[in-house]
Amino acid sequence: MKLTGAQMVCESLVKEGVEVIFGILGGALLPLYDTLPHYPKLRHILVRHEQGAAHAAEGYARATGKVGVCLATSGPGASNLVTGIANAHLDSSPMVAITGQVARPFIGKDAFQEIDITGITQPITKHNYLVLDVASIPKTFKEAFHLARTGRPGPVLIDLPRDVQIDQAEFHYPSKVNLPSYKPTLEGHPAQIKKAAKLINESQRPIIIAGRGVIISTAYAELKELVEEAQIPVVTTLLGISCFPESHALSYGMIGMHGMAYANFAVDAADLIIAIGMRFDDRATAKVSAFAPHARVIHIDIDPAEIGKNVRVDVPIVGDAKAVLQKLNKQVATGQHLDWVQQLDDWRREHPSLVIRDTDQLLPQYVIRQIYEATKGEAIIVTGVGQNQMWAAQHYWYDKPNSFISSGGLGTMGFELPAAFGAKIGCPDRTVWCIAGDGGLQMTIQELATIVQEKAAVKIAIMDNGYLGMVRQWQELFYGKRYVATPVTGPDFVKIAEAYGLPGLLVKRKEDVIPAIKKAMAEAGPFLIDFKIEPEENVYPMVPPGAALSEVIEEPRKKAKAATDSAKLSVSNI
Amino acid sequence: MTKHTLVALVEDKPGVLNQMASLFRRRGFNIESIAVGHSEVPHLSRTTIVVNGATTTVEQVRKQLDKLVDVVKVSDITDEEIISRELALIKVKTTAASRSEIIEIVDIFRANIVDVGANSVTIEVTGDEDKVNSLLKLLRGFGIKEITRTGCIAMTRGGTGPLPKEKKSPEAKEK
Repeated sequence: MKLTGAQMVCESLVKEGVEVIFGILGGALLPLYDTLPHYPKLRHILVRHEQGAAHAAEGYARATGKVGVCLATSGPGASNLVTGIANAHLDSSPMVAITGQVARPFIGKDAFQEIDITGITQPITKHNYLVLDVASIPKTFKEAFHLARTGRPGPVLIDLPRDVQIDQAEFHYPSKVNLPSYKPTLEGHPAQIKKAAKLINESQRPIIIAGRGVIISTAYAELKELVEEAQIPVVTTLLGISCFPESHALSYGMIGMHGMAYANFAVDAADLIIAIGMRFDDRATAKVSAFAPHARVIHIDIDPAEIGKNVRVDVPIVGDAKAVLQKLNKQVATGQHLDWVQQLDDWRREHPSLVIRDTDQLLPQYVIRQIYEATKGEAIIVTGVGQNQMWAAQHYWYDKPNSFISSGGLGTMGFELPAAFGAKIGCPDRTVWCIAGDGGLQMTIQELATIVQEKAAVKIAIMDNGYLGMVRQWQELFYGKRYVATPVTGPDFVKIAEAYGLPGLLVKRKEDVIPAIKKAMAEAGPFLIDFKIEPEENVYPMVPPGAALSEVIEEPRKKAKAATDSAKLSVSNI
Repeated sequence: MTKHTLVALVEDKPGVLNQMASLFRRRGFNIESIAVGHSEVPHLSRTTIVVNGATTTVEQVRKQLDKLVDVVKVSDITDEEIISRELALIKVKTTAASRSEIIEIVDIFRANIVDVGANSVTIEVTGDEDKVNSLLKLLRGFGIKEITRTGCIAMTRGGTGPLPKEKKSPEAKEK
């Protein structure tokens, strides 16, 4: 029996196990949308802006490990997806984005709502397709989902001209893909694994830097086995947070620009770096020429192009983190590094990075800590970008696997609300907290309507300081406190929430924090709290741009010291 | 900065050349030449790319090229024993006096005259880049009206190349 292109798309999505699609329709997608109701297995969620569709699909994908699907019409619909696609590309999130396109005879003629979306998204997708023949739809979808979820996951875009959705052909869904040039290496080279084990067994001061690759390959148990067997301390990248329980004695938190001072010291002093599923991003390594100067480097990553890209590597192992660790663990000897662990514990004691000032002021760190207490560390935390993101990364303790979702690579303000929504749709039984900034929230605030429409019980905490806070912090420290364009007037967020149809609370005093969080948790549906935090609170520790990881600035305990600290920084490094 | 010669076997599909070129563009590389044509395998084309760049950066681009789904294999053959050739068409001004001298030069270079006009000849020359450049240098004095060059195509010497000599079609593999 022949099916229309639109029916073939729906059949393909069902075959791939898709349950949810985030999207907005438009002229070029009318045939597909007209067909959707005939496929009740496909739940379509109408968002309010296509960027929200892409971020929601990514939040869904990251919370569930499944491929997130978003749908947008041709032209502006497609171009509005671009930021979300780029975000998924940089953070290796599995996504299939489907866009409508003008009918084939109009392509290339600047037709109404025509845009070259395959051209535009070429550098920010793992692969993309312009479907010119209805018969190729099944093969295209099979390949797209395979590419999105295997190897290093990423976004794949499928551009569907309007008339292809109407054309008919026989539907045969392929049972397997035929991509001779695409064969991700999963197992890891035995000789390299042997070399790595030897280095690990000989090292005196080893440290594991674990990244998001551990989460993607669900190598939690394998990582834990390696850590405990060989007694190796663990630090994580920002996106590696929640790949290893932070309350574990050998966990030393996050490294990088706003990492724990002791974690950065440890990387600086280590004689062996075991990097697992991370890509030596500049925010994690700080000044790369001064990164881990005493260490040999073992780099385990599924993407061969990441090996040696930023940091020289002594033992490269291309493969899936889980598969490689399983083999590596068999060859790693039971070990102890008592002096080294003692050294790290001393640093942790001497340079505490998570102490919250005892004050009556409403501090964001205190708010995050109270959310941690109220959720008992069980929530999925979805953050924006900037100070709110760093406070959430630092002051919530992540013991549960894959409980931290944040825009790491692209640093997309406005990611928080739609991504938290997508995470909640994917994991309705989990508590989802959206930690937002007042600046970032205003970039995608319209998705409050989607949240209310779908009755998604997302709890929203705004770290409201009236500034684009992270940039203001840089202006304070490196641009002589000239706050150009960083003060940001917010609306009355509680009234905004009420207008969209969800309850909200304004919190200005420290003593109101706990009751407000309890009230939000008690509410069955979504809830918004506007925390008017200390406006000029900074994120510490901080490695100034251009400095080495060891040159970390800790929180100034006194005002006078703060002045000298900031005076030490050289603007020339920025 | 050194000159690198990359050879890639790629799917014969729209947009592949764009994807490859884009990886160089993004890093600010000027591609010196790029030549594409059918290979011995149906549906696959072979591309020769010549670029100037730091070895580490070119290696990074090579790895990124290798990640493209439509790129089957890519090798940097700069340090291998290679045969490289390009073809150029050169239109030179002629007068009754200069014509015989030009023909003599063309013969020495084992090039061909492929078109003769009232006051010009068009010369076809094949060779490595140096040979083409040497011929151009000698002809420059006569006045060159037009040049077009194909860019370099290259292959490693000996029996086995860096790329799979014969690739079974996916269908054959399944049988």
